[in-house]
Amino acid sequence: MSAYIIRRLLYALPILIGVNALTFVLFFVVNSPDDMARMHLGGKRVTDQSIQAWKEEHGYDKPLLINQAEQGMAKFTGTILYEKSIRLFLFDFGQSDSGRDISHDISQRMWPSLAIALPTLLVGLAVNITFALLLAFFRATYLDLWGVVICVAMMSISGLFYIIGGQFLVGKLLNLVPISGYDTGVHAWKFLILPVIVGVIGGIGSGTRWYRTLFLEEIHRDYVRSARAKGLSEQWVLFRHVLRNALIPILTGVVVVLPLLFIGSLLTESFFGIPGLGSYTIDAINNQDFAIVRSMVFLGAVLYIIGLLLTDISYTIVDPRVRLD
Amino acid sequence: MTGKLTQRCRVFKARGLRSKLLLLAMAGVLLCGCGGEIWNDPYREGQAAGDVFYSSFEERPKHLDPARSYSSNEWSFISQVYEPPLQYHFLARPYVLVPLTSDGMPEITSYAADGRALSDDAPAAEVAYTDYVLRIRPGIRFQPHPAFALENDGRYAYWPLAGEVLDRVNALGDFEQQGSRELVAADYIYQIKRLAYAPNHSPIASLMAEHIRGFADFAKRAKAAREGLPAQADWLDLRDLPMSGVEEIDRYTYRIRIEKKYPQFVYWLAMNFFAPMPWEVERFYQQPGLNEKNINLDWFPVGTGPFMLTENNPNLRMVLVRNPNFHGEAYPERGSDADAAEGLLDDAGRTMPFIERAVYSLEKEAIPRWNKFLQGYYDNSGIGSDSFDQAVQFGSGGEASLTDEMRERGIQLSTAVETSVFYTGFNMLDPVVGGDSERARLLRQAIAIAVDFEEFISIFRNGRGEAAQGPLPPGIFGHRAGAEGINPITHEWNNDRAQRRNIDDARRLLARAGYTDGRDPKTGGPLILYYDTPAAGPDSKAMLQWYRKQLEKLGVELVIRATDYNRFQDKMLKGTAQIFTWGWNADYPDPENFFFLLYGPNGKVETKGENAANFSNAEFDALFVQMKDLPNGPVRQEVIDKMIGILRVESPWLFGFFPKAFSLHHAWYHNAKPHLMANNTLKYKRIDGEARVAAQRAWNHPVIWPVVLLLLVVAVSLIPAVRGFRARERSRAL
Repeated sequence: MSAYIIRRLLYALPILIGVNALTFVLFFVVNSPDDMARMHLGGKRVTDQSIQAWKEEHGYDKPLLINQAEQGMAKFTGTILYEKSIRLFLFDFGQSDSGRDISHDISQRMWPSLAIALPTLLVGLAVNITFALLLAFFRATYLDLWGVVICVAMMSISGLFYIIGGQFLVGKLLNLVPISGYDTGVHAWKFLILPVIVGVIGGIGSGTRWYRTLFLEEIHRDYVRSARAKGLSEQWVLFRHVLRNALIPILTGVVVVLPLLFIGSLLTESFFGIPGLGSYTIDAINNQDFAIVRSMVFLGAVLYIIGLLLTDISYTIVDPRVRLD
Repeated sequence: MTGKLTQRCRVFKARGLRSKLLLLAMAGVLLCGCGGEIWNDPYREGQAAGDVFYSSFEERPKHLDPARSYSSNEWSFISQVYEPPLQYHFLARPYVLVPLTSDGMPEITSYAADGRALSDDAPAAEVAYTDYVLRIRPGIRFQPHPAFALENDGRYAYWPLAGEVLDRVNALGDFEQQGSRELVAADYIYQIKRLAYAPNHSPIASLMAEHIRGFADFAKRAKAAREGLPAQADWLDLRDLPMSGVEEIDRYTYRIRIEKKYPQFVYWLAMNFFAPMPWEVERFYQQPGLNEKNINLDWFPVGTGPFMLTENNPNLRMVLVRNPNFHGEAYPERGSDADAAEGLLDDAGRTMPFIERAVYSLEKEAIPRWNKFLQGYYDNSGIGSDSFDQAVQFGSGGEASLTDEMRERGIQLSTAVETSVFYTGFNMLDPVVGGDSERARLLRQAIAIAVDFEEFISIFRNGRGEAAQGPLPPGIFGHRAGAEGINPITHEWNNDRAQRRNIDDARRLLARAGYTDGRDPKTGGPLILYYDTPAAGPDSKAMLQWYRKQLEKLGVELVIRATDYNRFQDKMLKGTAQIFTWGWNADYPDPENFFFLLYGPNGKVETKGENAANFSNAEFDALFVQMKDLPNGPVRQEVIDKMIGILRVESPWLFGFFPKAFSLHHAWYHNAKPHLMANNTLKYKRIDGEARVAAQRAWNHPVIWPVVLLLLVVAVSLIPAVRGFRARERSRAL
C-alpha cells in the first residue's frame, strides 16, 4: 500500500502545478497587477507612483509569465508566476496582498468551518441514511412514492431559501436561536444549531434519494434474498446486510469530502456570519487578493487529492477484496 | 410464567419511567420558554445591561494605520482611537472645526518670499509660504500598550522582543506588561514623516508633497535610507531624518510649513492622517515574528482617543473599550434650539465618553442585519432597499416618516443630506459629446434636461436623495437653495419649487445641435451614444434600462457598455468611455473639494487626476485658482456663482443627485445626530442599557409550541410506519 500511496502523491505533483498555473492565468486574465493595486490603494487620490510602489512592495512589478529582459532560466524565474508559486509548494502561503499572514488566518478560520461542516455531515449522513432505509423498507408503497416526491421538491429548492427561511422561522419568529453570528469556544454551540439544521434539511432531498437508490440496488441482490430465506428479520437484513454492502458507494461520497470540510461553505458562512474559510475565499475574490485566492485554490486541490487517496484506502477497509497494489 | 410476568412488569415500568422523563423534559423546555430568558441573544449573558454599544460592520476594514486608512468603514474604528489636533464640532451646522488635542486653533501666518509676515487678506500671489503653528495640551497620555512597557531599570520590556515571549504571544492582549507615556509634539511630526515614507503607501502622499515644504525631498531621502539599511534591520527610525517643513518648537508645539497658500490644509488637520504616532509603537510592531501573528500597526492602532481597540477579529467582531488614560472631554454645551428640543443638549458639559465598550459584529448580509436590529441586538441600523418599505413611509408632501411597526418599537429615524454627489459625466475628450463646440454643448444640455433624476431618486433610491442643481451639496459653502439655486438650463422655478424643464425644450436644443428628432445627420438613423458602466449584474438591469429610456425621449439610442470595474477603470484612464456615472464623497466641507473634480489640470486621462470628465475650461480653471485661496464670504460666493454658471452652460456633468442618509436607532440610543464629516462620534453616544434589556426580553420571547407540535406530528406520522413495519415482520412468507 505504501508504494501505491507514494505513487499517488507523485501523480499529485503535476496536478497541483496545473491547478496553480490555471488559477494564475484565470486570475490575471480578469485582473492586472495595476487593477489589484488600485483596489488595495482605494478609490481616492491614487497616483501612478503609488501604484508602482505598491506593485514593487508586493512583488507584482515583474512580467507575468516570461521576463524578456532576463537571460536563461531567469526568463522564467524572474516572473510573477514563478515567484508567487514556488513558495506555495513548500506550503509557505506568505502574506495576503493586504498584509496579513495567510497561514495564520487559515489556522484561525478553519475551525469555525469545521465546527459547522462536521456536524452537518455526520447528522446529515445519519438522517439521510435513516430516511433512505425507511423508504427502501416501504418501497413501492404510497410512503415511498410521497417520500420521493418530497425529496425531489426539497432538491429543487435553492439552498438560499433554506437559509433565509430558517433564519426567519427559527431565529426571528420563534426566537429560539441567534439569527447569525459566532462566538469562540463553548459559546459557539448556540450559533451552530441553526446552520447545522439548515444544512441537514437542505441536504435531505438529494442525500435520501441517492442512498435510497443504493439501497434498492442492494435489496434486489441474491444475498439479500438468501438472508430473507434464512428467516432473518427485515430490520436485520437492512442493517446487517444491505447497509454494509452499500457502504462502498457511500464512502466514495463521504470520505472524499472529509478533508474539504476545512474549506467551508461559501453561502452558509456568509449568511450566518461564520468566520470560516468559505467567507475568507469569497472576500479574497471580491478584494482581488491574489495571494489568498491562489493559496485557497491550492489548498483545496491538495485536500481533494488527499480525499481521493483516503477514499481508496477506505475501500480496503470496508471491502477486503480490494487491494491497492 | 411468574418470571415472564416480572420481566414484562420491569419493561412496563422502564417504559413508564422513560415516558415520564420525556414528559418532564418537555415540560422543562416549555417552562424555560415561558420564563423571561432569551434564547436568541447573540451576545454573552448579562452584557446588554451595561454601557455597551452594539453595532455591525459589513466589510472588514483593510487598513487601520492612520497613514494609510482612507475609507469610511476604516475611519469609523480608528477615529475613536486616534486624535488629530482638530475635530469637527458635534452639533454645529454648517460644520465647524474646533480643537481636539491642541489647546486652540492653529496660528496661521503667511510669509512673503523675503520672510516678511503678511496680513490675512494678502493676495495669494504674494504668499511664498504659510506656517501652521500648533500647540497641544500637556498631560494627554497614550492608551496602555506593550510598546511603552518599561522594566524597572528603564529598559523597554518588549524591545528587543525575546524569543520565548514571542513564542507564547498570539494576540496583543497576551503581552503581560503595558505602559503609556505623554503625548508630545514629536509624535505628530513622526506621523507626518510616515505619510512621506513610501512603504506606508499613504494615499495623500502625493497631495502633501505639493503642499508641505520638504515633504518630497524627505520621501526621497527616506527611500535611500531604507535601501541602505542592513539586511537584518527591520525598522527605519524616521526621527533621524529631518523634514524641512515640519519642526518641533518645544515639547508641545510644532510648526508645519505649507508652500504658498493652502487654506484647506486646516481640514486635513482634523483627519487621522495627522494623528500622532509614537515612534516606540512603530518600532515595536516592526519586530520580527509579530507580523506573522498579524500583530501590526495596520491591525492594532495606538492612540490617545477615548477608546482602544482590544479585540480585532475582523472576520467576526471588533471591540472598542474605553481608554483608561483618556484625557477627558466635555460634551458640547452649544447647540441649536432644535438640538435642545431633541434632547441633544441633555448631556451638555458631562465628561465623555458615556460608553464603556462598543461591540461591532461582522454582518455581511442585509437580511440578518436588519432582523437583529429589529430584535434589539443592534442599537442602530441603516435601511436597505429590501426593508425600506417596512421601515419608512412617505407622507402626501413627500416627507419621510416611520411606519407604525417601527414607531411601536420606539425606533427613531435620522436623515441628513450627505456631503456627496453622484453625477453622470460626459467624457469631454469624446468627439461626439465632448469638446467645446456649440453642437456638443447643446447636445449635453438637451440630455441634461431629458435625464430625469427626480424620477431616478424616486424609483431607485426610495426618495433618498435630492436632485442636484450644481456640484455643491447643501451644507457646503457656495450652495444656494431655492429659486436662486436652480440650474436654469434644466429647471424652472414654478410654484415655489424647482421643476424640470419640459422635454420639448430638450428636443429644441437637440434640433439646434443638428440632431433633429434625435437623428444623426451623418447616418440618417438615430444618434447612438454609449453609456459605460461597471454595473453589469442583474440588479442593475432596471437602472440601465431607465437610462436608455431617458434618451429615448429624445429619439437618441443609448447603447449600454457594461463591463467589470477593472475594465471600466481602464476606459476612464484611457479616455475611451463616452458617458459614465461617478460619485464623490467630500474629504472636507469646502467647495474646493468639489470643484477640483472639474479643474482642467486634474484631468484623468492627462494626469490620472480626479477630473473624470476631463473637463477643461480656461475661465473656470482661473476662477478655481482664485476661489480656492479665498476665505468664505461674499467675494468667494460671487466666484463660486460664476463657476457654477460655467458648469451649467458647459454641462460636463448631469449633476445627478445628493444622496440622503437614512438611519434608524432604538429609543435607548441617545445623542444620535448624524455628522457627515466627523467620524469620532462614538464618544458622544449614550446607551440606556436597562431599557435595552427590557425591550430585548419583550421582543425575543422564545416560542416553543410549534416545535413541540412538529415533534408530535412526526411521532404520530411514525405510528402507521411502525405498524406497517411490525405487520410486515409478522407476516408469513408466501
